[in-house]
Amino acid sequence: MKQAFLNYYDITPVTTWIHETLCSVMPEGLAIFLESLAVGVIVLLMYAILAIILIYMERKVCAAFQCRIGPNRVGGKGGLLQVPADVIKILTKEIIHLKRADQLLYALAPFLVILASILTFSCLPWNNGAEILHMNIGILFVLAASSIGILGILLAGWSSNSKYTMIGAVRSGAMLISYELSIGITVLTMVMLSGTMDIQQIVYNQADGWNIFKGHIPAILAFVIYLIAGNAEANRGPFDLAEAEQELTAGYHTEYSGIHFGFFYLAEYLNLFITSGIAATLFLGGWMPLHIPGLDGFNAVMDYIPGIVWFLGKTFFVVFLLMWIKWTFPRLRIDQVLTLEWKYLMPLSLIVLVIMTACVVFGLVF
Amino acid sequence: MNKFNKYIKGYISGIKSLLIGMRTSMKVFLQPKVTEEYPENRHTTLHIPERHRAKLIMIHDENNQHHCIACGLCQNACPNDTIKVISEMKEDEDGKKKKVLVKYQYDLGSCMFCELCVNACPHGAIAFSNDFENAVFEKDKLILQLNNEGATLAKNNKI
Repeated sequence: MKQAFLNYYDITPVTTWIHETLCSVMPEGLAIFLESLAVGVIVLLMYAILAIILIYMERKVCAAFQCRIGPNRVGGKGGLLQVPADVIKILTKEIIHLKRADQLLYALAPFLVILASILTFSCLPWNNGAEILHMNIGILFVLAASSIGILGILLAGWSSNSKYTMIGAVRSGAMLISYELSIGITVLTMVMLSGTMDIQQIVYNQADGWNIFKGHIPAILAFVIYLIAGNAEANRGPFDLAEAEQELTAGYHTEYSGIHFGFFYLAEYLNLFITSGIAATLFLGGWMPLHIPGLDGFNAVMDYIPGIVWFLGKTFFVVFLLMWIKWTFPRLRIDQVLTLEWKYLMPLSLIVLVIMTACVVFGLVF
Repeated sequence: MNKFNKYIKGYISGIKSLLIGMRTSMKVFLQPKVTEEYPENRHTTLHIPERHRAKLIMIHDENNQHHCIACGLCQNACPNDTIKVISEMKEDEDGKKKKVLVKYQYDLGSCMFCELCVNACPHGAIAFSNDFENAVFEKDKLILQLNNEGATLAKNNKI
């Protein structure tokens, strides 16, 4: 934390100045309330904008993997306005109320899903001093909050009173609970390396080298396991059997329409972003610039790139990796999914945890 | 022990096949895309096979002469009554009476592009072109006259 480059784009002075200015004209409670409101609006805005970017990216990347061009008509060259047009369309659609559904839970489920997604979204380290939810057990909070989403999916499947949604929800419940194990163990591996659960502190510890370089072999293995399990957790890729279009129309959100469906859709893409963001934080150094020992000029140039650019760049790199996986492999059956987790990934992640512990104990990490 | 070896082998071969799959998809990702951007590529990369049957035409040479002797074989061959050959009897300079084509009417709307008319034609007067942009807003515009205005029968009536 002594390195000077950490302070180039530190926004703590700005936030402190805003807080002090507000406090000088109004009571502190009101000031904090207003600040929270502003931060909340910013989070929701970023959430929506990132969702649009991600959907556009998904469509383009998917098209490229299938040797197509993708959307290229709406909004001039490249089809940039395609996704905003889709968003406006979905906003104008009617929300259909089912007669024999469990009304309360049916209405509640999309909000639970999006709540879990936004809670974990707020934990990401955007920049130096730009952490929104900061606590000393941050990574544990992320794991806990992301589990609320499963509840929403199960409720959505059960309350819409339809076979498709029920099967989809049960599948996704079984899958998510299993893959949570691998995620937990790999996160624990990285916590072992960093020695802290505080997300901001984990990022600071990577100032002299990203975790994936510091932890070498076990860290790389953990990264791969995290990507696989995270893909399952985001209900995507070869693990999208919760909404397997060919079998279950749309899985757990079959009966939803309008903005309620939009919430599920949004949460799905943002969960992809959050999974990638956590991967970028744990393994690729969050907002830390890339440093190569010995190349001082190169390092100095890297330091002048703002942290948010680093963070978004790394996250979108991981998003691309996940999309690559998604558009390469065919969907797994439910028994294959569970076999992969319980017979292959979980034992491997336990071994990696043991190796990492040994490395840390014997000082074999950099 | 045997079981354990099998497990490890399965693990390694699984990872190998996954990596091969990812390499293949990355190759596709990087190669040029196959999508044809239709209205833009009209005059550049658009390729319609030469033998594609899109529209019946009557072949005219540079003197505005065709080879149709108005025999009506194409009209008889057509299963859909698409073609109507309107002709009249005329005397030529030798005093012989001859059938002369007045109007060769073709209804694109009822044509099923079977090419029986082209096969039936003894003089190769008609053919199918690959000019496929035939959409119009009114049904009447689909009824086409294939012989040019003022076109005459070619003297050398060989194919």
